[in-house]
Amino acid sequence: MIGGLFIYNHKGEVLISRVYRDDIGRNAVDAFRVNVIHARQQVRSPVTNIARTSFFHIKRSNIWLAAVTKQNVNAAMVFEFLYKMCDVMSAYFGKISEENIKNNFVLIYELLDEILDFGYPQNSETGALKTFITQQGIKGQHQTKEEQSQITSQVTGQIGWRREGIKYRRNELFLDVLESVNLLMSPQGQVLSAHVSGRVVMKSYLSGMPECKFGMNDKIVIDKQGKGGTTDDPGKSELGGSGKQSIAIDDCTFHQCVRLSKFDSERSISFIPPDGEYELMRYRTTKDIILPFRVIPLVREVGRTKLEVKVVIKSNFKPSLLAQKIEVRIPTPLNTSGVQVICMKGKAKYKASENAIVWKIKRMAGMKESQISAEIELLPTNDKKKWARPPISMNFEVPFAPSGLKVRYLKVFESKLNYSDHDVIKWVRYIGRSGIYETRC
Amino acid sequence: MPAVSKGDGMRGLAVFISDIRNCKSKEAEIKRINKELANIRSKFKGDKALDGYSKKKYVCKLLFIFLLGHDIDFGHMEAVNLLSSNKYTEKQIGYLFISVLVNSNSELIRLINNAIKNDLSSRNPTFMCLALHCIANVGSREMAEAFAGEIPRILVAGDTMDSVKQSAALCLLRLYKTSPDLVLMGEWTSRVVHLLNDQHMGVVTAAISLITCLSQKNPDEFKTCVSLAVSRLSRIVSSASTDLQDYTYYFVPAPWLSCKLLRLLQCYPPPEDGAVKGRLVECLETILNKAQEPPKSKKVQHSNAKNAILFEAISLIIHYDSEPNLLVRACNQLGQFLQHRETNLRYLALESMCTLASSEFSHEAVKTHIETVINALKTERDVSVRQRAADLLYAMCDRSNAKQIVAEMLSYLETADYSIREEMVLKVAILAEKYAVDYSWYVDTILNLIRIAGDYVSEEVWYRVIQIVINRDDVQGYAAKTVFEALQAPACHENMVKVGGYILGEFGNLIAGDPRSSPLVQFNLLHSKFHLCSVPTRALLLSAYIKFINLFPETKSTIQEVLRSDSQIRNSDVELQQRAVEYLKLSSIASTDVLATVLEEMPPFPERESSILAKLKKKKGPGAVSVNELEEGKREGGELNGGGERGGDSSAIAASNASTPSPSADLLGLRAGPPVTAAAPSAGSLLVDVFSEAGINDDGFLRDLEPTTESSDSLLAEGPGDSDSAPPSVVSEDPTPLPESDELLNKFVCKNNGVLFENQLLQIGIKSEYRQNLGRIYLFYGNKTSVQFVTFTTTVTCPGELQSQLNVQSKPVEPLIEGGAQVQQVINIECLTDFSDAPLLNIKFRYGGALQNLTLKLPVTINKFFQPTEMASHDFFQRWKQLSQPQQEAQKIFKASHAMDTEVLKAKLLGLGMALLENVDPNPENFVCAGVIQSKAQQVGSLLRLEPNAQAQSGEQMYRLTVRSSKDTVSKRLCELLAEQF
Repeated sequence: MIGGLFIYNHKGEVLISRVYRDDIGRNAVDAFRVNVIHARQQVRSPVTNIARTSFFHIKRSNIWLAAVTKQNVNAAMVFEFLYKMCDVMSAYFGKISEENIKNNFVLIYELLDEILDFGYPQNSETGALKTFITQQGIKGQHQTKEEQSQITSQVTGQIGWRREGIKYRRNELFLDVLESVNLLMSPQGQVLSAHVSGRVVMKSYLSGMPECKFGMNDKIVIDKQGKGGTTDDPGKSELGGSGKQSIAIDDCTFHQCVRLSKFDSERSISFIPPDGEYELMRYRTTKDIILPFRVIPLVREVGRTKLEVKVVIKSNFKPSLLAQKIEVRIPTPLNTSGVQVICMKGKAKYKASENAIVWKIKRMAGMKESQISAEIELLPTNDKKKWARPPISMNFEVPFAPSGLKVRYLKVFESKLNYSDHDVIKWVRYIGRSGIYETRC
Repeated sequence: MPAVSKGDGMRGLAVFISDIRNCKSKEAEIKRINKELANIRSKFKGDKALDGYSKKKYVCKLLFIFLLGHDIDFGHMEAVNLLSSNKYTEKQIGYLFISVLVNSNSELIRLINNAIKNDLSSRNPTFMCLALHCIANVGSREMAEAFAGEIPRILVAGDTMDSVKQSAALCLLRLYKTSPDLVLMGEWTSRVVHLLNDQHMGVVTAAISLITCLSQKNPDEFKTCVSLAVSRLSRIVSSASTDLQDYTYYFVPAPWLSCKLLRLLQCYPPPEDGAVKGRLVECLETILNKAQEPPKSKKVQHSNAKNAILFEAISLIIHYDSEPNLLVRACNQLGQFLQHRETNLRYLALESMCTLASSEFSHEAVKTHIETVINALKTERDVSVRQRAADLLYAMCDRSNAKQIVAEMLSYLETADYSIREEMVLKVAILAEKYAVDYSWYVDTILNLIRIAGDYVSEEVWYRVIQIVINRDDVQGYAAKTVFEALQAPACHENMVKVGGYILGEFGNLIAGDPRSSPLVQFNLLHSKFHLCSVPTRALLLSAYIKFINLFPETKSTIQEVLRSDSQIRNSDVELQQRAVEYLKLSSIASTDVLATVLEEMPPFPERESSILAKLKKKKGPGAVSVNELEEGKREGGELNGGGERGGDSSAIAASNASTPSPSADLLGLRAGPPVTAAAPSAGSLLVDVFSEAGINDDGFLRDLEPTTESSDSLLAEGPGDSDSAPPSVVSEDPTPLPESDELLNKFVCKNNGVLFENQLLQIGIKSEYRQNLGRIYLFYGNKTSVQFVTFTTTVTCPGELQSQLNVQSKPVEPLIEGGAQVQQVINIECLTDFSDAPLLNIKFRYGGALQNLTLKLPVTINKFFQPTEMASHDFFQRWKQLSQPQQEAQKIFKASHAMDTEVLKAKLLGLGMALLENVDPNPENFVCAGVIQSKAQQVGSLLRLEPNAQAQSGEQMYRLTVRSSKDTVSKRLCELLAEQF
């Protein structure tokens, strides 16, 4: 179990230090600073073992969060906790920065007391936490006994993530399918590795204790239904599927509100949602990924002092859709002494501080192509070392899910209150972003 | 040097540096640097030429980036261009970049060298200095090659500026240190020495560093510097404190120069010229006098400078070791320092006194301070000072105060700092042994030592006790009694159990008369400790038990019961189990006679260098006080412990391996049974024990590992050509064996196993077995260093006619020996006909780049192929008479080189390979042997008769050796071989 938790700034100064167990001494704080933050070589492993003590760290901009333990803990659990901790903190005070942490240190200690007990993670649902940990100072006077007991019963009850008696005039919910697509492609256009990791994020403003059921074009479910030939299928999903019918999900994880037993037996996703925004599920697919862009690089070395680079990008989706925030990053050799760029679309610039040419295009429709050509002048060096040719990377945002996932339905049942599925206003949005989207050159 | 003018400051550089300093994170810093690098690249690439200022600025930035830890792979050319600038600052930055960044890149080095050459010949002193500094800073071999000839000329040229001379001297010193072979002083020698007379003190100071270094290598060439140095020194010492102006430091005239002069003089023996010597003594006296004067300043710098000169003077006095008066004065001066407030001074005083103590003139004077030193040992706060005090006590110890000092050290040991305990233990052990007048005191001391600081008592210490107790009859009973008493303590250290087990096992009978220490009581006492001990100690105890069975038959049943118990006979440790099983069988099967022979008392140990001393030397550091002194002590100790060379073991068990494991034994791992590679765990070599191999001898090897004292002298491997004792039959291109190889060969006439050769790098162990006309030799090459040997090759050659007499086949050996590892080589030998020469073994390997080449003689002699023949008296004389032709007999009369010990002689003759015939010769003093030499071509029967004459007319012990064999060459060769053995 987690023995302690430290937060450092970029200089390695301790901002927050909370020790949960006696086996973690004060010197652990310094050990991490010396061996990881100030290490001669950059430490790339997220888990570091120093003197039989394990440090699990993540970095948020300039802030280091490190969980420390002497025991053999589940590392995935620790990281999940650290990320959750970040979510909670940003839900309370926005961006995680040194200044924000310093300004909110009382709050952070309060939170740490609540979400970790003797090193065991507890309820870290922001919605629930916000009912009793607030930034407004002590609310004791205003809180009635009733309210307090309500909080107690909620926190300790079966549905700890939602309190009773929520009321909205308009019952509304927003569903976002956010995906990031990762790719590594050879110069010849062969896919070396590709996967999509996606999240379904839901924002719910529903009254009472509604029971929800979520359906998507998961291959297993579709096949089963196809075989059974059931007719009570709610028909076509609101958006209507085009192209392929179903997708194969490699693995997925759910928010704690989802009834896993039901998922295991019927593969149906049913739950009572928390109020407000939360992440319903996460998933990963590796098959039949729609690659939104294709990058075709052409690098020619002209003598020892010149390099000619030509890069063509092709968009590969429906012409009606528009990709946004496209950015292509073409690395340049370390001995570049001058660059001339010509591009037909967008803006391109040589950024010396990053050793790369950055080409930005605001918008681009599907089934189009665009190209850039650059002449790079090189300075002759003594080193015989050859340039390593790092891959060309790309960033973009597209309004569809590259995995092919479609939301088929989201049904809401609330038996006690008087509204039905049809009264709920539902919004669905798909956003596909680039993860690590690289093409070798 | 011209100061950097205000307009010259590089604003861009300052901005860049402050940008870097202001970066919030590492990423930001890298980004800033990348940007700057790109900017510099584009500037350097730009077609229009840069002016000197910007070039300097950018090179400076590159340098800064490099020093931040980033790789720089361009800009070298620009830096080299800066070298040819006429502005000092530009040139300076260029040189700075070159000294920091340029590696031996062939194209650039040429340009750089050119620029340096130009500057050296420029006549501008600042440029010359810059160039010299660059050469010294780079100091590479290439630099030395290019400029080693040039710099001495600058150094001695009449028109060179003083500051340049200083730089040149130090630059030359640096080059000499990196590549001494390239800096040839030759013709310049005398002129360099005369720099000591230079007007400018700075030049003298720089030159003296150079001369000191050079004269350490070739003292003869620089001999003339002594008188110059003395006169210079006397001028400084006698000068008033204001005479030297700039070179007076807190009222002390030229302290650094004085120290260096005194240090230079320490490279040479006392000057022979009386006048010079008188002047020097005068100087030293003045220095000692000055130390007594009241200080001219209260500042610490003043006293530091004064004391620095004083301590150098004292080391010079100690180095000369010829002026009793001065030595005593120095000692008194140091005595004052012993009680000084300043810890550093006390430390230095103790350290210098250590060396003073070894001089015969001042030893007594040092001894007067014993109380102060003991006090320092007890009360000093700093552990390093206490360490010095312990060293000094060790050094000042002699017979008169040994008891006091040892007692003090023992009592201090209880509270001593952990870091120095082991060394203290070794010192106590050595002193106790060295100055032991009465051995009961020695035994008491060592047992006390083990009691007080058992954990720090290394193996060597208790090995040594055992050796001494075994070698001294008079102390054995006392030792047994004391050990018995010591063991009665409820908790005693494992080392104590080891000593106890060994001594009671050997001499328990001496105290068995007392009912309080009856055999059974002894056994129960030992056995009560058994379960608390580690495996090696348990193994030793098991051996002690079987010795008990021999000493006290009445304990037999009890001990057998113990051995039979499951915890012994089924012990999971294979060594313990084997011992238990074998001892049990031995005790139940063998008759008492056999048992008595097998378990006979250990023979005395051959006298050798105390293993403790070796250990202390290995610890080195400040602990190794003058080695000479220790050696002396060792010799003294050797006499006391009685003994000369009493090698060989008389015990009936050929395998009785009576030695404590010397490091060589461990390295060889010969005791561990079948031929082992270095990695094989050699449990046996860890166990020090009387009969490590007794009864376990199942593979027929004679496991007689004679610890060879002689081979511990390190013989430096010398290349061929150094030795002029080439054997006559060697073909010209054959490598010449080491001069010692004949001697080494003789060592192995009567034995088959041991250490063939050893120097600082390599140890070669040998193990051989012979049957009929065939032989097999296992050679073990042990790497004693921590560096690996590469391209290790060995070749065995038979010079001359030996080729037709012996058939030698060697298997190739691993070309790589890791540090500390050992490889094995097998050589098969077939004797075709009789021979007299020995095959040559040539070993080549690279150690740290240097090729090592050495040649040895393989100890293959004709007697190795002997087959013993038993015969009765009658038969023997009949055959003796048959071989009566004059050429069949070879006879030699020679002086005994070792003591005449019947047992030793017998062992040697047995080792020869012939059968020793008892009751054949009418005179019981004489020895006769018979054997047949097996070769492929023929069998040569040989008879031998050795007649010792203990009281020849000259009073010396003489031998007459007669060998008769059916072949004349064999008789002659055997006679030659054997004559060296007795």
